[in-house]
Amino acid sequence: MTSFMSPNVVALTYLVASVLFILALKGLSGPTTARRGNRFGIAGMALAVLTTLLITRRVDLTLGALTIGGAIGWLVARRVQMTQMPELVAAMHSLVGLAAVLIAIAVVNNPMSFGIENPLPAGNRVELFIGTFVGAMTFSGSIIAFGKLAGLGKFSRLFSSAPVVFASQHFVNLAIAIAMIVFGIAFVTAAPDGLWTPFIVMTAIAFVLGVLIIIPIGGADMPVVISMLNSYSGWAASGIGFSLNNPLLIVAGSLVGSSGAILSYIMCKAMNRSFISVILGGFGGAEGAAASTEQKAVKSGSAEDVAFLLGNAERVIIIPGYGLAVARAQHAVKEMAQKLIAKGVSVRYAIHPVAGRMPGHMNVLLAEAEVPYDQVQEMEDINGDFGAADIAFVLGANDVVNPLAEQKGSPIYGMPILEAHKAHTVVVNKRSMASGYAGIDNPLFYLDKTMMVFGDAKKVVEDIVKAIE
Amino acid sequence: MPHGVVVDPLITNLMVFVLAIFVGYHVVWHVTPALHTPLMSVTNAISSVIVVGAILAAGAGGVNRGTLLGAVAVALVAINTFGGFLVTERMLEMFKKKDRKERE
Repeated sequence: MTSFMSPNVVALTYLVASVLFILALKGLSGPTTARRGNRFGIAGMALAVLTTLLITRRVDLTLGALTIGGAIGWLVARRVQMTQMPELVAAMHSLVGLAAVLIAIAVVNNPMSFGIENPLPAGNRVELFIGTFVGAMTFSGSIIAFGKLAGLGKFSRLFSSAPVVFASQHFVNLAIAIAMIVFGIAFVTAAPDGLWTPFIVMTAIAFVLGVLIIIPIGGADMPVVISMLNSYSGWAASGIGFSLNNPLLIVAGSLVGSSGAILSYIMCKAMNRSFISVILGGFGGAEGAAASTEQKAVKSGSAEDVAFLLGNAERVIIIPGYGLAVARAQHAVKEMAQKLIAKGVSVRYAIHPVAGRMPGHMNVLLAEAEVPYDQVQEMEDINGDFGAADIAFVLGANDVVNPLAEQKGSPIYGMPILEAHKAHTVVVNKRSMASGYAGIDNPLFYLDKTMMVFGDAKKVVEDIVKAIE
Repeated sequence: MPHGVVVDPLITNLMVFVLAIFVGYHVVWHVTPALHTPLMSVTNAISSVIVVGAILAAGAGGVNRGTLLGAVAVALVAINTFGGFLVTERMLEMFKKKDRKERE
């Protein structure tokens, strides 16, 4: 360590970096301060990296690796489509997890390069054990989540968006978790020359466990899974921070860990699911299955009918669901809204917290289509206005507008919904009468005031745009 | 605490850990739901601060198993560092465009 990078100077720069990270998150309290917040985050990261580079004074390997990784990250960030954000985020979680494992291996390999005594003291080993298994589970779990989100189910059943369940699954998982802890203890208590075997076995089991805990979770619960893995990646970073005695890693890891935990909580609440039941999985298997055998009559209409209704309305609320994003209909919807607004119709968008496949996903998709921020409203803010709306236009959403959620005894009872059924007229666009993720029928579709428009969201909306005159 | 007794680093770390969780909890509850996706991508970028550990590993002398592992870890998380902040910037840019239009 050089004279000017004394441990105290290093600790102080890490303190500044920690504060910058906190400011980065604080900035996200509103869209106007968010960009400044992001800059704070970048500054904090630059400071942390520069300080560490000055400690090691080694540039060949490090700068080479930074350049390669940075170039890939830059390319990905430029090219990724907003509908693919969940996949990108899952991939990034896996990288943090893998890096945590690699660093832990490097510590076991040569503790001295991190300023830790050799042989490794037991305390450090406990911290390493925790950092490594959380990192390994984050890595393999995120790979599975990525596969499910990217629709890789056709390549391997592990990536299927339907839950993968087998007999006494939870018991098996528990047994494997116990085995992992046993090898972790063996690692902590092992003689200095016998560290590798228990460490490697423990890490391998953690990789397997990461896969096993994510496969039973169905596509509908993906927003929770992503948030949960976000949290794990933070805890992994914190765990490594403890092992390396590095407060910056501990702070940054805890910020990320608590952020992911809060998002998981918000997502669970929006689906009225308990965190435990999501983790245990098995929910949302009957995707697209017809829930009710009895044939009830629905009133269906054409795009022209909808255009006529919309054109004569005063207040329209659009409820976008994931089906809209799948059909890439955001831009068409925005065009439709613009035409209506030009005719003097008031148009707003109602966003359910789980609209999309990750928290806030629908907001980003609408932002990408340049839908003005003030037209987009969260559930709590707009729910009171449905009674005064002439038309609630549901596009590719299902469970989040299901009035059964207000009925005791229904499987989704208690789930907060957008009260589309209170609007004067309801228009629903769906591809078919298939039920939503929850696998239950939606009485909204059979109301007298409801008109169904079947077809691909993009096609239907484009036809409506043509027909509005 | 009595003079001359050094607190175990584990305890200091635990203090930092618990306080940081509290800060994180309060700051994140104030994040507007519309920005939850950027929140997740920026936390992705922030968790890549684990690169600090990777740089230390890569920076130990010579070219050997330890330093090469470190270099691989640096390259992997650098994807997060650059990708995370950039994609967040890209998303926030979309939100900002609309702000400008609103004012017009």
